[in-house]
Amino acid sequence: MTQLTQLTKKDLASDQDVRWCPGCGDYAILTSVQKTLAELNIERHKTVFVSGIGCSSRFPYYMNTYGFHTIHGRAPTFATGIKLANPELDVWLVTGDGDGLSIGGNHMLHVLRRNVTVRILLFNNRIYGLTKGQYSPTSERGKKAKSTPDGSVDFPFSPCSVALGANAPFVARTSANDARHLGEMIKRAAAYKGVSFMEIFQNCNVFNDGAFDYFTDRDVAADSQIMLENGKPMIFGKQKTKGLRLIPGKLELEVVELGKNGITEKDLLVHDEHNAAQAFLLSHIEPPTYPMPMGVLYSIDREQYELGVTNQATAIIDKKGKGELQALLNSGDTWTVG
Amino acid sequence: MSASAPQPPKSMQRVELDSAVIRFAGDSGDGMQLTGMQFTNTAALVGNDLATFPDYPAEIRAPAGTTFGVSGFQIHFSSHEIFTPGDSPDVLVAMNPAALVTNLPDLKRGGLLVLNTGAFTEGNLTKAGYKTNPIEGTSLDEKYKVIRIDVTKRNKEAVAAVGLSSKEADRSKNLWTLGLMYWMYSRPLEPTIKWIQDKFGKMPKIAEANILALKAGHAYGETAEIGAFHYNVPAAKLPPGKYRNITGNTATAWGIVAAGQLSGLPVMLGSYPITPASDILHELSALKRFGVKTFQAEDEIAAIGSAIGASYAGGFGVTTSSGPGVALKTEMIGLAIVVELPLLIINVQRGGPSTGLPTKTEQSDLLQSIYGRNGDSPLPVLAAASAAECFTMTIEAARIAIKFMTPVILLTDGYMANGSEPWKIPNVADLPKIPVTFRTEKEGFHPFLRDEKTLARTWAVPGTPDLMHRIGGIEKDYDSGNISYAPLNHEKMTRVRAQKVANVALDVPPAKLEIGNEAGGELIVVGWGSTLGAITSAVNECREEGIDVSYLHPRYMNPFQSNVGDLLKRFKKVLVPEMNNGQLVKILRSTYLVDAIGFSKVQGKPFKISEVANKIRETVGRKAKLDTDTDTGAAGAREVGGG
Repeated sequence: MTQLTQLTKKDLASDQDVRWCPGCGDYAILTSVQKTLAELNIERHKTVFVSGIGCSSRFPYYMNTYGFHTIHGRAPTFATGIKLANPELDVWLVTGDGDGLSIGGNHMLHVLRRNVTVRILLFNNRIYGLTKGQYSPTSERGKKAKSTPDGSVDFPFSPCSVALGANAPFVARTSANDARHLGEMIKRAAAYKGVSFMEIFQNCNVFNDGAFDYFTDRDVAADSQIMLENGKPMIFGKQKTKGLRLIPGKLELEVVELGKNGITEKDLLVHDEHNAAQAFLLSHIEPPTYPMPMGVLYSIDREQYELGVTNQATAIIDKKGKGELQALLNSGDTWTVG
Repeated sequence: MSASAPQPPKSMQRVELDSAVIRFAGDSGDGMQLTGMQFTNTAALVGNDLATFPDYPAEIRAPAGTTFGVSGFQIHFSSHEIFTPGDSPDVLVAMNPAALVTNLPDLKRGGLLVLNTGAFTEGNLTKAGYKTNPIEGTSLDEKYKVIRIDVTKRNKEAVAAVGLSSKEADRSKNLWTLGLMYWMYSRPLEPTIKWIQDKFGKMPKIAEANILALKAGHAYGETAEIGAFHYNVPAAKLPPGKYRNITGNTATAWGIVAAGQLSGLPVMLGSYPITPASDILHELSALKRFGVKTFQAEDEIAAIGSAIGASYAGGFGVTTSSGPGVALKTEMIGLAIVVELPLLIINVQRGGPSTGLPTKTEQSDLLQSIYGRNGDSPLPVLAAASAAECFTMTIEAARIAIKFMTPVILLTDGYMANGSEPWKIPNVADLPKIPVTFRTEKEGFHPFLRDEKTLARTWAVPGTPDLMHRIGGIEKDYDSGNISYAPLNHEKMTRVRAQKVANVALDVPPAKLEIGNEAGGELIVVGWGSTLGAITSAVNECREEGIDVSYLHPRYMNPFQSNVGDLLKRFKKVLVPEMNNGQLVKILRSTYLVDAIGFSKVQGKPFKISEVANKIRETVGRKAKLDTDTDTGAAGAREVGGG
């Protein structure tokens, strides 16, 4: 069904006041999502935003679509039930590094491996915001926060590595401060048939301000990020003179300079979205040794879970016919009295 | 029969029995559950009323020969209406020493003991803790009628022609035993033969061996000198109709299918495997043809989350579990209460707390169901009282959930879930429809608009044009459904949610006594759940002795039917037998200010009739009848304080 009128960003905004802290990175993401979905002219009444608990999880209240603000970490479970009950609904899931990877880590793994068609936006600010400033599973080691006054002693993980480890078929990474790239990634996620996992770097200006400056600041971004494009060599840097390649004889990446030591573009890795091993290497590297890989790390085709479920039922009904309750009750051994 | 017709020898004459209780006991690998279920099926087809009690260990295959690996199956079958699997067996089939040592104390004095002597080896005797072989000498014969047969050997001989390995051949010895019991109780072999042929159709050698074993056991009864033990239990006079045998878990699963069809809503069961509830998931996962979807979730929380998600999207969400799993679902139930979505939570109760006694029965999750959540979070709680009743109670729970837009907890337990009874198959056309109304009208819409009478909120599902809205766990404004932290609004919403649940009492029929006099009297017994059979029999027994006792057995545990308090106050004494440490009794005392007396049994086993009957006698000042029938007697059930 096509809609006659073209939606605008305003059409995607609910009548509720947005209550994030002024300066929060969440605003940029909200704007980008509203703008992009308006551009895509989505059917709002067939769109559901589901969230857990946390700053990011207030997101559904601000979208003029259906929305369900659920329980801390549990949004994937609701999303799964929604898709099972009505596969036609377009389900988006908004979560954070605490909600999606700490309390809800288990559900995240399983919604990804099952390939339930849900677009997951994980806002990674490397801190707990709503509970007022405790370190999160993505905070750097040594993080001094409310609950770790002497610095955290445990090690963080990379959300994209976790997703790939959970056998996610679509994994992307972007940043709230790069509106153009963010919009592009939202479009890729919206078009993907299956579960899409997107890590969005998002600054918490109250409890973890500047957490991503070391690779997102205008002065350093070009030299400390690599924008991945499928089929293109991995080149980055202000002058486009740096690249990524495999160290010969090793399954390990290194940064090289084009033109130095005889290195040409042909020596560089070409991004292949279908390559799981490469995606995992990319998910694991970060500045200062490497640039931060941004874009679609991994994207393959795979049967959507909710369609698998429906197809299985359809096949059985085609073969054996629709179930009849009275026949079920009468099945097996019965006997008649008087 | 003409006078000149030859008479069978006297020892071969059949004795007509009114009823009999048989217990099969052996290693958990011996196939005792299968043997019991086959005997049950055949008894049902012969037309007996029956009740069963499977009792098996939590370990899948405990080391062979050990006492903790003993698996038992008790069946009570009768020519008249019966309510329980029987207090103590008339016949005990013990396949090894461990089965004998753990089950013998329950056998009736003078009862029949069938022993597989082949399993009474030195190793097995040691594992069972016997210092000497109990089947040697005459000590057993002083108390019981003992039949000693080397079943292991005779079975091997019977199936030798098939050419199986010794281990494979040994597997059919339970069918040999079943064949013998079929002869003793004059049952036909055909239903089991047919079952074997269906089950092992692809393994013709195994099928052949099992059939040979079954027939050999039967022939042994006919030819060996055990003719004194030849009985018949005639068909029971049940009301006319078509019957089948059904377990509580199957009845529950079919009730879920029926609720989907009667409401027209697609059912989505989200579940995580847990004893003793998993069979509902298994059953429903094979019923995709009925429009039921099942989802085996990653954990208990995801199971209920998916069910709530399905209801949110316009389906009917169901989740099945047992106590520990329901504990994990607690926060989710709170969300379903506050967003007011229909949801059915089925708790097949087992022994607790924590992991407790996974395979044993208990009814100790009543307080958890009614009160076990943060915040003021009321919901309706229903309890089925027998295996067959699980079907209708599941439909009733679904009806309330949908009509009142609320999660509902239905309590069953391991005893009724695995136990079975004959069920008069209902006519689907006679089952009342469950009406569902989805909101489509835009004018004046907000998601927490309420039905004036029930206070149920309106149901607008995603996909409906123009009704886009947001719901969630944060308190909502009564008038707009938007987030609200206003103090008086929260109090109002709390009261509205409570009143909505209270209104369920106006939507169900008033409570009726199972037995007795509504006008009142000396004593009323109040039970709930699967104790129905034992209490019914006990109350009937006591009334025959002239005791003025009545009996109430509510299925609506929260809210109670509106006349319950009034009924209780008409009796001088209130007695509440429960398989827990005193839960319903607490609620009755606090709700109605009656001096109810609790009577508690927490042994992972159902009440015996004699235990309840004696408590009734004691409560009205009569002498208890000593249980001299068995070695165990009525040990352990005791009075508990209600306060």
